[in-house]
Amino acid sequence: MTLPPFQHLVDACWRDVARLAQALAGPVDGDDVAQQAWTQALAAYPRLRSASNLRGWLLTITSRCAMDVHRSRGRRAVPAEDIAVVGDVHARALVAGPEKDRPDESLWSHVAGLPDRQRHAVVLKYVADLDHPTIARALGTTPAMSRRLVSDALATLRLTTSRNVI
Amino acid sequence: MSEHSPSEHAPSEHAMAEHDLASRLSAFAPPVVPPDLPVSDVSYVVEDTAIGRMLLARAGSGALIASAFVSGPDAEDAWLHRLARQVSPRVLRQPRALDAARRELDAYLRGELRAFGLQADLVLATPFQRIVLGHLAGAVGYGKRTTYGALARDIERPSAARAVGAALGANPLCVVLPCHRVVATSGALTGYAGGLAAKEFLLALETRTFAVARQPLAGAQRWPRLEPAENAAAPPRDEDVE
Repeated sequence: MTLPPFQHLVDACWRDVARLAQALAGPVDGDDVAQQAWTQALAAYPRLRSASNLRGWLLTITSRCAMDVHRSRGRRAVPAEDIAVVGDVHARALVAGPEKDRPDESLWSHVAGLPDRQRHAVVLKYVADLDHPTIARALGTTPAMSRRLVSDALATLRLTTSRNVI
Repeated sequence: MSEHSPSEHAPSEHAMAEHDLASRLSAFAPPVVPPDLPVSDVSYVVEDTAIGRMLLARAGSGALIASAFVSGPDAEDAWLHRLARQVSPRVLRQPRALDAARRELDAYLRGELRAFGLQADLVLATPFQRIVLGHLAGAVGYGKRTTYGALARDIERPSAARAVGAALGANPLCVVLPCHRVVATSGALTGYAGGLAAKEFLLALETRTFAVARQPLAGAQRWPRLEPAENAAAPPRDEDVE
């Protein structure tokens, strides 16, 4: 098995990686997550056993990097006057950024409020356009559980978005 | 999902709502920037030169490993796959990593540089090709010509003129290792990876420059050597000096 030149992966997938990183980590951390994902992928590339699903492999790495950033932010102290806003700060940090960059802000603020695994699953499914076996590998679970996470996420989004409209 | 379906018509509404959500999620299109990757095992650049489109590649050590003619996208692809297979799959397009090599090549093609100072590595050549190509630079100087037969005698394989021709034809460091200075005994140009017009251009350039400027050009010493990226004590570049 021979691996294609890494530049071919970059040319074919850099937009997808950047988009997924921003969907998962927000515009502030998204660029860092994408950059970190590429650095990790480049380091691991020669040891890769199969060249059959390189896009899925890259997006899986991106998802894990986003998870790491999310966890490290969770551990970091957030100074706040009122203890009640702390949870809210967390959700807003995920979608913070200039207004013009977020055409569908209401939806994305609800995505940011989803439980972590549901959020990753639904973003990997619809933003990254990955299949359930690949999503399952990225999240360390089964394809059946991946389907379940996506449908639960959609159900929650359907409720929260429609409630907002009314 | 059925727990949210109060009426018979609801499931299809829900399905529509989910379809709508899915397409809104898919439409996510933030402004994005390409990644900026560190110099790794192989860096390359493809650029148009006076003698045709060329690919230059360097190893992580900083040494030039390829200088090749790539007439079209297929030839470029074939070279990138060859680098991935024979050197490392970490092949990245990094023009700036090849700035020193590009400057030397440009200066050479303008007739301002007569000997390449950059570090080269024949990692892509076979052992026999290494013997022939390694001998080449010392055997035939700027503005001179030699023949396949003479080169075969030089490496003490007088009957191997054709093998020498094949080794020169496989030169991974075209122009830098001057295989264009080797012609048939009859004086015919025979062939060249970049086409006969390129070979003719190079020989005419060298003859002209050699005749016009007998004294060594100041420019020949001005170009910095291509140093490994990790070498902190690299010599100053032109722009640093000026």
